[in-house]
Amino acid sequence: MSRLAGAFVPLGAALLAFVFGAVMILALGENPIDGLLAIIDGAFGSGERIAATAVRATPLLLVGAGITIAFRASVINIGGEGQIIAGALLSTAVALWLPDLPKIVLLPLVILAGLVGGGFWGAIPGALKAYASVNEILSTIMLNIVAVQLMNYLLRGPMIDPIEVEGTRIPQTERLTDNAALPTLIEGTRLHFGVILAIIAAVVVWVILWRTPTGFRLRAVGHNPDAARAAGMNVERNIVKALTMSGALSGLAGVVLVFGSESLRLVTDGGSAGFTGSAGFNGIVAALFGGLHPLWTIPSSFLFGSLLTGATELQRDLQIPNALAIALNGLIVLFVVSSDRARGWIKDRFGAAT
Amino acid sequence: MSDFFTLTVLVGTLASGIRTAMPYLLAALGETVGQRSGVLNLGVDGVMLLGAFGGYYTVLQTENHWLGVLVGLAIGLGMGLVYALVTIVFHAEQGISGIGIFLFGLGFSDLLFQELVGTPRPIKPLPKVEIPLLADIPHLGPAFFQHNLLTYVAFALVPLTTWMLMKTTFGMNVRAVGENPQAADSLGVSVAQTRMGAILFGNTMAGLAGAGLSLQLAIFQHNLTNGLGFIAVALVYFGAWRPRWVLAGALLYGMVTATRLRWQSLDIIPRGASDVAAMAPAIITILALVLLASRVRGPAALTKPFSRH
Repeated sequence: MSRLAGAFVPLGAALLAFVFGAVMILALGENPIDGLLAIIDGAFGSGERIAATAVRATPLLLVGAGITIAFRASVINIGGEGQIIAGALLSTAVALWLPDLPKIVLLPLVILAGLVGGGFWGAIPGALKAYASVNEILSTIMLNIVAVQLMNYLLRGPMIDPIEVEGTRIPQTERLTDNAALPTLIEGTRLHFGVILAIIAAVVVWVILWRTPTGFRLRAVGHNPDAARAAGMNVERNIVKALTMSGALSGLAGVVLVFGSESLRLVTDGGSAGFTGSAGFNGIVAALFGGLHPLWTIPSSFLFGSLLTGATELQRDLQIPNALAIALNGLIVLFVVSSDRARGWIKDRFGAAT
Repeated sequence: MSDFFTLTVLVGTLASGIRTAMPYLLAALGETVGQRSGVLNLGVDGVMLLGAFGGYYTVLQTENHWLGVLVGLAIGLGMGLVYALVTIVFHAEQGISGIGIFLFGLGFSDLLFQELVGTPRPIKPLPKVEIPLLADIPHLGPAFFQHNLLTYVAFALVPLTTWMLMKTTFGMNVRAVGENPQAADSLGVSVAQTRMGAILFGNTMAGLAGAGLSLQLAIFQHNLTNGLGFIAVALVYFGAWRPRWVLAGALLYGMVTATRLRWQSLDIIPRGASDVAAMAPAIITILALVLLASRVRGPAALTKPFSRH
């Protein structure tokens, strides 16, 4: 029973959120069935759209896979936005500095730079938590702000497209070298290598968490830090490690957002969501919905990716603002985090035969 | 630089810093009470956005500012009920459920705005209330005594919140359930009810802060707060859970922002330097957290749900 309850409760939570979404669509004077069909059509209606959905899911999966590491180690990483930006900035800088390197050298270098940038941005709150008892929720939020302003500064100054200095001064880099672009998987669609990269990353995270001593230590520290310490584990080092790994994967999401984009450049609109599409937050949603399991985060990310691309069609077809998708994401988080206790109640009622 | 050090500009910057601090202060005072009861609410930004839209839309329709403020308060109260349900009844992880509230507020306020308004239309800003006599003092008057009513309210709430926390039964209960809910419970204090009261207070203040922001700016747009609510949460830690230090933090944010914008408009610093300066408050907050973490202890039961067994 408990296993059944375990599977049903997140699904129930999602169902509740979708009921709420249907009510909102009704309130806006449209038929919820039409709304659902528009979302499905927008997300899967053609090869191009399926590709767009997969591309949209990619940063969610990367951030989400990182979130599973952090949350499993009991570290709450709200800094995905900042870590995405840090990864994007460092990888973009590498592509700007070394545009003439051959693709086979430059692309791995760019990916590495993204991992390092994001990892560094995650390591800061990790070290602050481990060695200065600074609450990581706060420090990651503050570092999000710092990263956005750093991006604004760099894109208006040192990294600005030389044409824009004389032109309209749009804060963006020049078009980056094609040698750093993520290869397209299917000609004619936006489907790029980043999608495969993200799936590989999720599998690697699963292997690390459940098949290596490193992962065992991370989970032990997350489960009971005192017991882990008593068993001789270095709790502080594992906290830093968890946030660094989590940040590195978000940084990789930053690489995918820049080097998988059609315009192949980094642009800011002054905030963070303009570049990240709030993937730093939506990745948390995907990870939670995937039960904080890296492999379940794969379908979960694709589900949320399809919700986001489908919402575009909803707006085009039924004039329902696509902000609906973000509101629903918020509700799903609330329902999922509330469901743990509901799960307990279901278990109590129907006997705790495990 | 000499343009900046004229009395008129200095007074103007000071006044604008005080006004800018108002929404931070309202939201952070509310969050202070919530955290004192042991509940972290990371959703402040989302509640603010909903309150901001509600207040803005009401004024757009009725041109009545006080109705707008009332709607902001009511929206905050409603979101408080939701958050109380999620945290007190369902014991949800507070750091994460706050993100849910934030995303919901971000999306839903934008949805309503696009559906009901479309393009940003300005409203009449909150009127200035000049304090008789004091407002006429040269320089000091324009800096301190010619603000909108909500700004005075925000500053008056600083001693009032301290008084409530320290002197009233409710405040003592709040502190008790935030420090040691088991002990408070054994003395007959209802942990759930006390936390519920603190959550409702905090969220209502967040709704008011949102309405205050949009009515003061006389505009609403997608993501109007731009993370202001998250900074308000950080200010509570920055202020070590004491209203007067929270006030200091809010003023610091307000002043840095006002000075930066003024310098930028006077061409004292280029746009790029302004971006760098915008990092300063966040970095100062992190440094303050580092210094405070080892010296000041927060409410012992913060983020820990309570159940009897």
